[in-house]
Amino acid sequence: MTFFAIVREPIDPAHVLTLIGADQDGASLLFLGVVRDHNDGRSVGGVLYDTYEEMAAQVLSEIVEEAARAAGTDRVAAVHRIGELEVGEVSVAIAVSSPHRAEAYDASRYVIEEIKKRLPVWKKERYSDGAEVWVEGRTPKAPDAAPAPQPGASQADGS
Amino acid sequence: MYGHVEIRTLFFASYKELLGTGELQVDLPEGATVSDLVSALRSRGGAFTVLPAAPAVAVNLTYTDPTSLLSDGDEVALIPPVAGG
Repeated sequence: MTFFAIVREPIDPAHVLTLIGADQDGASLLFLGVVRDHNDGRSVGGVLYDTYEEMAAQVLSEIVEEAARAAGTDRVAAVHRIGELEVGEVSVAIAVSSPHRAEAYDASRYVIEEIKKRLPVWKKERYSDGAEVWVEGRTPKAPDAAPAPQPGASQADGS
Repeated sequence: MYGHVEIRTLFFASYKELLGTGELQVDLPEGATVSDLVSALRSRGGAFTVLPAAPAVAVNLTYTDPTSLLSDGDEVALIPPVAGG
């Protein structure tokens, strides 16, 4: 079973590992994203993550499903934390298990790269001099495919 | 009488701080597109003029093209560049 969550409380990596794993899996992989004490040469004291929570849950679910499909395993779990985090705290945890390591590495990498491209989450860094800045992120792209069909695409019924 | 659509418009992170609000109801003529909504916001003047002309936009939780038609009751979010992970 795949798993995804947007949470406000601290992430317990050991717990995330319990969400994956199966008798046929020879590889279990855990990736943690951690708040670091510097960025672009400035000393970081902490970060604030904001989100569009309803959409973030939906996008994270899609990312996890895509990774699982590509890797041929349904043992993919991803958790992103929101709110105020201190240096050293875990902001994201991704766990994957699969029969062989290659699929697990690929799926884990896919999930973190897609999170950075399109998960509606924003990060404000707090520097040791007290300044706070929204981190310059990446602009998500609308899918290239045909635009989502409009419900009742024909003429609206007046009024 | 011409129809109109009522759009629940959401702002996050830097856009929310810039505008001083996270949510606005915007009334547009029927047939309005995502980019019409952005133009209508920018024409309000003040901080709204600082919004990008073509920001990433999600309609009802899905990233959507600027040419997409809006329907009454749609929830439209202007999405600043994302920085998760």
